[in-house]
Amino acid sequence: MIKDLIKSGIDDESRPYWNGLKDKKLFIQQCGDCQKSIFYPRSICPHCFSDNINWLEANGTGTIYSFTTVHQGYGPFKGETPYTVGIVELDEGVRMMTRIIGDYNEIKVDKRVSIIFKEVEEDFVLPYFQVIT
Amino acid sequence: MKSERVAAIVGVAESDLGKTPGKNVLQLQAQAAKLALEDAGLTKHDVDAIFTAGNWAWAPNLMLAEYLGIQPKYTDSTNIGGSSFEAHVGHAAAGIKAGLFDVALITYGSTNRTKPANSSFQSPLTAQYEIPYGLPTPVGAYALAATRHMHQYGTTSEQLAEIAVATRKWATLNEKAYMREPIEIEDVLNSRLIAEPLHLLDCCLVSDGGGAVIVASNRVASTLKKKPVWILGHGESHSHNTITNMPDLTMTSARESGKAAFEMAGISHHEIDVAEIYDSFTITVLLTLEALGFCQPGEGGAFVSGQRTAPGGDFPMNTNGGGLSYCHPGMYGIFLLIEAVRQLRGECNARQVDDAKIALVHGTGGVLSSTSTVILGRD
Ligand SMILES: [Zn+2]
Repeated sequence: MIKDLIKSGIDDESRPYWNGLKDKKLFIQQCGDCQKSIFYPRSICPHCFSDNINWLEANGTGTIYSFTTVHQGYGPFKGETPYTVGIVELDEGVRMMTRIIGDYNEIKVDKRVSIIFKEVEEDFVLPYFQVIT
Repeated sequence: MKSERVAAIVGVAESDLGKTPGKNVLQLQAQAAKLALEDAGLTKHDVDAIFTAGNWAWAPNLMLAEYLGIQPKYTDSTNIGGSSFEAHVGHAAAGIKAGLFDVALITYGSTNRTKPANSSFQSPLTAQYEIPYGLPTPVGAYALAATRHMHQYGTTSEQLAEIAVATRKWATLNEKAYMREPIEIEDVLNSRLIAEPLHLLDCCLVSDGGGAVIVASNRVASTLKKKPVWILGHGESHSHNTITNMPDLTMTSARESGKAAFEMAGISHHEIDVAEIYDSFTITVLLTLEALGFCQPGEGGAFVSGQRTAPGGDFPMNTNGGGLSYCHPGMYGIFLLIEAVRQLRGECNARQVDDAKIALVHGTGGVLSSTSTVILGRD
């Protein structure tokens, strides 16, 4: 189970993010002082050290910063190969890791992508992305 | 201006390498430590500072020092991944300069091949935003960097393969190297894909092994029979932990650690006779050459082309056969130091770089996360 790999890390700091995904909402954070976007969730702004941090719903679009198609998986991912893991830069200016799904030949650096809320296991939703065609 | 010659590496050794099913990490470190002290002409009673890095114990320094029967007056377990040992050398030089101790023992041991460490070392605290996507670590992270570099600069798989081929040529000259069959660029390109664009032969070995390095003050070094290898400069940095948080996938913190090391040493790039550069993957080397300033960003592919880093090339690099072909037990940095010292002492026989006087050693740890650069020189 994928969720089992991380459940010990899910706490009050990260739970709003994970719960948001179940409601098909992608929550990132924004600093109330310097206004910069923040991801992953944290209690202090890594730009200006403000602790005035607010949740912000991202609009779910961005560009591919990089990607790799994995041919040697491990653990629960072994049977899924080949699959493509990417880093997407959201339009709000933060980057996040994700799976990029859809036609392999369409996946390129700098391509525009949009979010797909994927329930990979019961009660566990991940933000995947697909190329906007 | 040349830096002060305050501290030197005076002893180096490897333990058994490759597959060592009968030995645990303490035995490997003890074996290497004993050999390195003999190499230096010192005994364990001379050691007053201990440095190690590993995830084989809650507090590795406590376990190791107890096992070896050493009570240090200075102890440092800095663990920033594979570059830890270059950091240890820098810290040892700083401690000696401050007058805190005279002889430091730096060790490493791993049974990564026969008894792999628990792969769940990634704490879900901040890795929970990466783990669910199944990126194989570390190779997938380096693949992401390679994809980005190729996109941004047109770097090719052939150029990355040049590094693997050249490094294998050095390995054919080192009887301790694990992989000694020559390979061609086509062999790299035809080896199976692990995480695109990286092939099996773009990746380092998975070995057992250990090593030890002895750092001593000028005062002690001048009493020993072998010529000291002076620590001329050092720099270290880290830019991120998880790969998603690397500020620029094409630029490592070698830019900062290298600059600091060159400035402290008071030398420039063209004075480097031999380079030992962490090669967990071919892309690691290419990014590092650019970040250290041996070429401009984006020029790494051209820099390594034409087997420039191979024996006989004008940029001798990874002369023991590297992590790609000689040995790579997970945190490879100590072996870079061992090889650089042997090159500067002229002990490398068939693979000896003629008249090597100054060496650059550069470690990279984590997922391009940490860097540490050391510049060494002989009299
Ligand atoms: Zn802020």
